[in-house]
Amino acid sequence: MDWEAILSNTASWLISPETIAYALAALGLAVHFGYGGLLNFGMAGFMALGAYGYAISILTFGLPWWAGIIVGMLASVVFAFILGIPTLRLRADYLAIVTIAAAEIVRLLFTTQVFDEVTNSADGLGNYHEGFRAANPFPEGTYGFGPWEYNANGWWVRIFGIGLLIVAALLVWLLMRSPWGRVLKGIREDEDAVRALGKNVFAYKMQALIVGGVFGALGGVVFALPSAVVPSVYVTSLTFFIWTILLLGGAATVFGPLLGAVIFWVIMGFLSNVLPAMASSGLLPFMSTTQAATLRFILVGLALMLIVIFRPQGILGNKKELTFVKQ
Amino acid sequence: MSSPHFVRAPRRTRTILLFLALLFGALILQSTSAAPAQADEVGTEYDFYFAGNVKYESKPLEDVTISVEGNGYNAEVETDAEGKWKIGVPEKGTYTVTLDEETLPKGVIVAEGSASVESEIALTNSKIVNYFLGEGVRVTTSFFDQLVERTVNGLNFGLLLALAAVGASLVFGTTGLSNFAHGEMVTFGAVMALLFVNLEVPLWAALPVAVVMSGVFGYVLDTGLWRPLRRRGIGIVQVMIVSIGLSLLIRYLFLYFIGGGTYQLPGAGEAGIKLFGSVTLSITDMISMATSAVVLLGVAWWLVKTRTGKATRAISDNPSLAAASGIDVDRVVRIVWILAGALAGLAGILWAYFRPGIKWDMGTQILLLVFGAIVLGGLGTAFGALLGSIIVGLLVELSTLWIPSDIKYVGALVVLIAVLLVKPQGLLGRKERIG
Repeated sequence: MDWEAILSNTASWLISPETIAYALAALGLAVHFGYGGLLNFGMAGFMALGAYGYAISILTFGLPWWAGIIVGMLASVVFAFILGIPTLRLRADYLAIVTIAAAEIVRLLFTTQVFDEVTNSADGLGNYHEGFRAANPFPEGTYGFGPWEYNANGWWVRIFGIGLLIVAALLVWLLMRSPWGRVLKGIREDEDAVRALGKNVFAYKMQALIVGGVFGALGGVVFALPSAVVPSVYVTSLTFFIWTILLLGGAATVFGPLLGAVIFWVIMGFLSNVLPAMASSGLLPFMSTTQAATLRFILVGLALMLIVIFRPQGILGNKKELTFVKQ
Repeated sequence: MSSPHFVRAPRRTRTILLFLALLFGALILQSTSAAPAQADEVGTEYDFYFAGNVKYESKPLEDVTISVEGNGYNAEVETDAEGKWKIGVPEKGTYTVTLDEETLPKGVIVAEGSASVESEIALTNSKIVNYFLGEGVRVTTSFFDQLVERTVNGLNFGLLLALAAVGASLVFGTTGLSNFAHGEMVTFGAVMALLFVNLEVPLWAALPVAVVMSGVFGYVLDTGLWRPLRRRGIGIVQVMIVSIGLSLLIRYLFLYFIGGGTYQLPGAGEAGIKLFGSVTLSITDMISMATSAVVLLGVAWWLVKTRTGKATRAISDNPSLAAASGIDVDRVVRIVWILAGALAGLAGILWAYFRPGIKWDMGTQILLLVFGAIVLGGLGTAFGALLGSIIVGLLVELSTLWIPSDIKYVGALVVLIAVLLVKPQGLLGRKERIG
């Protein structure tokens, strides 16, 4: 087994675009669930809208890349309204079922042949990179050291993504220590008490859904920036992975989603390298390399169960500040 | 969602073979016939073209509309007196060539393959596309027959969906859990059936054994996971997320053991028997519908007439009151899990025949429809789940009359959201439930 290659591949996941994208989406979910108590199981839908909003505005409407990002964000705002209006007045599990269904609707609409001219159906979209790459301030060439050696475009995507992530995290931190954030946390703890204080609970929940959804869309954009937009990515499993990240790091924290995303992807990256290598060198008998590659997803499911049962507040969280422990 | 691809693939290869045969035949015909007449043409300015010859019983058909679409280009042409047509296209690539069946003489249809075929100009500059015409009735002519056929299919699907939904609804009613792993319990039944069939167990024994195994699976899940969690007093939302983790775990275990392919149970996809009009049903379909109906009636009888069934409904209504009046809640919940497991497993087997095919992630597709049916009928009411399932089943199948089949589930899911807007407690639910 080539340990050097395995460790190098693993280390590269620390700042991969996927890690950044998942961290952004998990941060959005922290606003929804961690601070607002909203059970959003449709994060994949928000991410798909961000990614497709970006790609379609560039490819079909010829907008510049930054306008594409704004379109993606606007699409997620509309989506949040569509989800929120029928469900935010109802019990929490209704929102869960509706969001997961709505995310599937979004995915199916992007997959169908009907809108093939715009969405390219199941094959997805690509070749929208020109504008974003033209805005690259780094001169051509390869930079970095060790496992983190990328060309100018690779660094541009990563630094842009990390910039977005920092702004988003700062925003969440400021929001949650503002009066608005305190009301939101109050709604999570006891909706009726906040209503009795004369606050419009529905409006606060809707605003939280929108803010978190926009972060999810930005996650989708960062996911789309370096590669392509393929509808089969935005399945319910994606949502569940983001939930795993959030609960791993700590739901009602700012740095939890970031830490969770890094840990999740570094472990996933490590397992995706080490398990097939172990299988092919005979260390895992009764297992083909494909089966060894599947094993890590089985472990994700197991990890999610164990986290929720034994440490629901996550690594960074405070057990007092998690509504579902008390219910 | 993936099943149409599997059905379509062999048909396409067959069509290509047909083209080759026809092309060969056309060459012989051309060499024997005298000076070929000029074909009706469009797009002659381009270097590449599709062409063909529309004939029925070796007589050319005039004024049949052919259209070519693809790569941002489309064109239409009518066949000339010789039945010939030619459409130029700007670039090489794959185009959809469609023969408008409406313009064929009465009683003539495209007999083999589809009237709309994908064809590629790759190596040469031209491509001959011909259609096998035959005598027949166009499917589009009778909307009513199609309606009846879709309704029967929808009923079949709705009934098998109800098997899964009633179980999930009983679990929700008695434990308050929206079980996201219910889809995997459906897949479990199908995978067990596949396992026993592969172990050379005869089909009549393999399927019941698979259902029993699914019931055991429900029991194991309750004893090994859900009951300890209830004992720990873990909150509902937390248990719900545990069920998500479980769903991922089981789903990828299926992928681990059976791989990513689609498998068929023996007897799947057999030819149908013509009943009336254009309605055809295979023996499997009939057995499937009868089984679902009988089992559902049995469950309904159990809920209404037996002691345990009544206790189940009492717990759904008010768990504390039920426990206070001497009902052993833990025992009833255990029975409900066994029942839900067995029903889900049966649904999985029937669905494997309906789709047709067994795939590791088939459960995720049905899970949302199950949830949709439960919400539509009213959360926590078993009879609501039954009603909701049949409506969802009909909706999914009937909607394909108007919308393309690859978004047929969208309609059902949109209705789910719409119902929540208008009547959040569902059709049979009570208003107080939504709190």
